[in-house]
Amino acid sequence: MTAPTPTGCRDAPVLKERGQREVFCGLTGIIWLHRKMQDAFFLVVGSRTCAHLLQSAAGVMIFAEPRFGTAILEEKDLAGMADAQAELDREVARLLDRRHDIRRLFLVGSCPSEVIKLDIGKAAERLSAAHAPHVQVLNYSGSGIETTFTEGEDACLAAMVPVLSESDRKELLLVGALPDVVEDQTLGLLDAIGVTPVRCLPARRAAEAPGVGSKTVFALTQPFLGETSAALVRRGARRIAAPFPFGAEGTTLWLKAVAAEFGIAPEVVDRVTAAPRARAAKAVSGAAETLRGKRIFFMPDSQLEIPLARFLTRECGMQAIEIGTPYLHTAIHGPELDLIEAGPRLSEGQDVDLQLDRVRAARPDLTVCGLGLANPLEAEGLATKWAIELVFTPIHFYEQAGDLAALFARPLRRRALLDRRAPRLEAAE
Amino acid sequence: MKLTLWTYEGPPHVGAMRVATGMKGLHMVLHAPQGDTYADLLFTMIERRDHRPPVSYTTFQARDLGGDTAGLFRTACQDAYDRFRPEALIVAASCTAELIQDDPGGLAETMGLPVPVIPLELPSYQRKENFGCDEAFLQIARALARPMARTDAVSCNILGPTGLGFRHRDDVAEITALLNEMGVAVNVTAPMGARPSDIARMGTAHFNVLLYPETAESTARWAERELEQPFTRTVPLGTLATRAFIDEVRALSGSTRPVDENRLRQPWWASSVDSTYLTGKRVFIFGDGTHAMAAARIARDEMGFEVAGLGCYNREQARPLRALAREMGIEALVTDDYLDVERAIESAQPEMILGTQMERHIGKRLGIPCAVISAPVHVQDFPARYSPQMGFEGANVIFDTWVHPLVMGLEEHLLHMFREDFEFHDAAGPSHHGGHAPRRQESTTPAAQPAASAAAVSGGSMPPETAPAHLQTDLEDTAVVWLACAESELRKIPFFVRGKARRNTEAFAVQRGLARISVDTLYEAKAHYAR
Repeated sequence: MTAPTPTGCRDAPVLKERGQREVFCGLTGIIWLHRKMQDAFFLVVGSRTCAHLLQSAAGVMIFAEPRFGTAILEEKDLAGMADAQAELDREVARLLDRRHDIRRLFLVGSCPSEVIKLDIGKAAERLSAAHAPHVQVLNYSGSGIETTFTEGEDACLAAMVPVLSESDRKELLLVGALPDVVEDQTLGLLDAIGVTPVRCLPARRAAEAPGVGSKTVFALTQPFLGETSAALVRRGARRIAAPFPFGAEGTTLWLKAVAAEFGIAPEVVDRVTAAPRARAAKAVSGAAETLRGKRIFFMPDSQLEIPLARFLTRECGMQAIEIGTPYLHTAIHGPELDLIEAGPRLSEGQDVDLQLDRVRAARPDLTVCGLGLANPLEAEGLATKWAIELVFTPIHFYEQAGDLAALFARPLRRRALLDRRAPRLEAAE
Repeated sequence: MKLTLWTYEGPPHVGAMRVATGMKGLHMVLHAPQGDTYADLLFTMIERRDHRPPVSYTTFQARDLGGDTAGLFRTACQDAYDRFRPEALIVAASCTAELIQDDPGGLAETMGLPVPVIPLELPSYQRKENFGCDEAFLQIARALARPMARTDAVSCNILGPTGLGFRHRDDVAEITALLNEMGVAVNVTAPMGARPSDIARMGTAHFNVLLYPETAESTARWAERELEQPFTRTVPLGTLATRAFIDEVRALSGSTRPVDENRLRQPWWASSVDSTYLTGKRVFIFGDGTHAMAAARIARDEMGFEVAGLGCYNREQARPLRALAREMGIEALVTDDYLDVERAIESAQPEMILGTQMERHIGKRLGIPCAVISAPVHVQDFPARYSPQMGFEGANVIFDTWVHPLVMGLEEHLLHMFREDFEFHDAAGPSHHGGHAPRRQESTTPAAQPAASAAAVSGGSMPPETAPAHLQTDLEDTAVVWLACAESELRKIPFFVRGKARRNTEAFAVQRGLARISVDTLYEAKAHYAR
C-alpha cells in the first residue's frame, strides 16, 4: 500500500481516441434501475435490436416478467409521425391497464427514436397529464448515440431532478442507485456519524422521492453521474467533492468529506468507522496477496475504471498499465486522479483494435473488459475480469471491500488452479 | 408499435452476423450506432467462441450525425480490410443506420477494395434474424458461386449451419459422417467453416443437402436454378426422417452402400416395455418451424406421444407447419408473442413441453416438464459433449433428452398407489429432480387463487404482482363449482395428470350443463375420456 504521493495523475496527458467502441448503450442501465425503483416501469421506444439487447444483457431476469419492455417501431410508425404518438398512447394505456402497481413510467429514447426525432418528451408530458395523479411519466435517452452504458442511469436520474419537490431543509442527498443492502449500511454509518437527515436518489418508491433546494448538499456514490450532478446544481443544490466509496480508504475519505459538510470532525468518523475499517482491511488483505505486484489494464466501459484503479493500486498493490474510461469528467474524477500515482496511461474513448494492440503488446496480468472481448483474450492467454459484473455486484463501502478485491483476484486464482492440473490449451491463431 | 418483453428472434443484422461468424476469411462491416456491439457477446459467451466475431462496427455517435457518417463508414471499411485482409467483405446497415440512409453497399463499392464487397439489404423493421441469415448467405453465394464442372466422385454441399445455431456443430459432424459412409464426399459445408474461396467452388458438387431451411433455403433454391444442383427436402431429424433422408441421398447420388444402424438405439429404447408408460403422453411443441415439425413427427410416430399443440415463431415456415398440424387434428399456433404461447400451453394442459428457452421457463412456472428442441437457447444448450439432433446419434440424443424430464414409469405407479404417503406425496415432485422440483400449479378454480399468486412469486425475484389478466377472466368464466368432496377426490389424483383431469371434468360438466361437479361427475368424465 503506497503512501499518498504528491505526484498524482490529475495533470497526466490523456490519450483521446475515436474509432470503433466496444461498449453497451445506456439502455443497459434499465436492468439494474428497474430493480432499484420498485414501482417504476421502463418502456424503451426503439427497434427489435433494442429489445434483443435488453434480453441478451438481462439474461434469465427477462423471464421474471420484469418491469421493462420495448415498444418496437414498425414500418408504419416510420411513415407518419403523428401516428407514432397515437400508437405510443395506446401501448402505454394497455400497459398501465395491465400493471396497476406502476407509479412511474419512463419512456426511454433509443437510437431509432432519436434519429427519426420522435418527440418522447412531448409524449411524456401528454401521458403524464392523461394518467395523473396515479402515474408520473418521465423520459430520457438511453440511446447508444448519446449514452454509454452507465450513462443511462445518469440520464434517468437527471430526468427525475426537475420534478423533485422543493425543499428548504439542509439535507444530504445520496445520489446513485446502490443495492439495497449497501444503501442500508451507508445510511447506518451516516446516522452513527451524526449526518442527518439523509435521502436517496433514486428512491425505492415514488412516494419516498426526496425534495431538493438551495440547502441541499449531495454526494455522488457513482462516478458516472455528471448530468445528474449538473441538474441538481441547477436546482440550487451543492455537490460534496470526494473520492468514491470503494475500498476502506475511498469509503473513509468519502465519509469524512460528507461529515465535514455537516460540521463533524474527521476524528468522529475515525472513531465510528474503526471496526468496519479494520474488517475491510482484513478482508482486502486476503485478495491482495494474489493481486500484489500484478499489472492491470482497464478497457473503457462504465467510468468506474478510475476509482477502481485507485483502489486496486493503493489498497491491493496492483500496478495499472492503462486506465481506459468512456468519458473523463475532470471535476468528478479529479479527486481520484490525485490519489493515483503517476505512471499509468489514461485514455478516454476508444478505438478497440488499436487498444487491443496495446493490450497484446503489454501482456498485462489482468485485463478488465467487456464480455465481447473477454473470452477471445482468454484464448490468447490473457487473464480477464469482465467489467459488467462490477455494476451488478455490491462493491461499495466497507463491508463490500473484500468482495470487490476478490472479484479481481478470482480470475487469477482460477488460472493458477487450472494451470497446476493441466497444461493450458495454446490459443489457435 | 408493439410492446415486446421477449423476442424469439433478434434483428436481421444479427442473422447476417451469424453467417459471418460461422465463416472464415470473411469480414462484415456493419454501419451501426455505439452499443450495437452487444451482439458480439452472443458469440463469445453463449457459443463460447475463442475469438472476436469478424465484424467491425462504425459505432457512430450523436456528434457524428450532423457530419460525415458516410465517411465514417468508408474509414471503417478500409481499416477492416487493412487489418484483417479478408477474402471478401459483406456490408450492411443496422436498424438505426437504415434510417440515416447512407447506403453501405454503394459506399463500399466506390472504394475500389481489391476483394469482392457484398452489400446486404436487411429490412430491420419488417424482418428478423432468420431472414438475415438466409439473405446474407444467399447474397454471398450469388456473388461468389458460379456453375462449374462437377467433381469426378459424387459429392454434395451441406447448406445451412451458422454461428449460434442450435446443435449445428454436431449435426454437421453427424451428417458428414453419414454421407461419407454412403460414399458421398462433402464438397463444401457452408456458411459454417467455409471461406469465400470455398463458396466460389460450391458449383462443383453434384447436389446440396439442406440441413436448415430457416437459414439456407433461398441459397438452395438459387443453386438449384443457377448451378443446377438439386437439394434434399427431408431434414434428418429423428430415425424415420433420417432413413427417408438416406433414401433421398441415394436417389440423388446413386449410392447403394449400406448404412450401419448398429449404434441406433432409439427405436429399441422406445419399444422396450420400460417406455410403455410414454404412450399417449400429451406434448406441446413450439420452436422454429423445422425443429417443431420434426419434433411433432418424432413425438407421434417414434415416441407414441399425443401432440396436444404445435406452433412456430417464424412466419416463413407457417404454411407447412399449419398443414402438419391439420394432419394431426390440431390448430397450429404461429406467433412470436410468448404470452400467446403461454396461454396456449395453459389451455392445452400438456404433460410435457418441447420448446425453446422461453418454453422452459413457461414450463417451470406451470410445473410442466420441458425439454429444449430449438433456438433461441442459452449457454447450457451449447454443450461441450457431442450431442447432435440429426442422424442416428441425434435420435439417441433426442430420446434421452425428452424422456429425462418426465416422471419415470415405476415412480408414476408408486405415486398412484401411495398418494397419501407423507414422504411420497405429489408436492415432493419427481425424485430425480432433487429438492427443487416445481410444484404443480392449478389455475382454473377460485380455490386455486393462492397457488396462482404463489406462481407469480416463484416466477423470479420479482415482488408479487396481480394475477395476469387472462387468468382472472379464466376464473370468472368458470361457471361450474366443484363440491368439496369432488375437490378432495381430485387432490388424490397424481399431480402430473390432475390439470388434465380438472380440465376434462369441467369441459364434461359444461357440455352437460351441470353447475356442480360431484365425485360422480369426476368419474363419469374419467370414463367419458377414457382411451
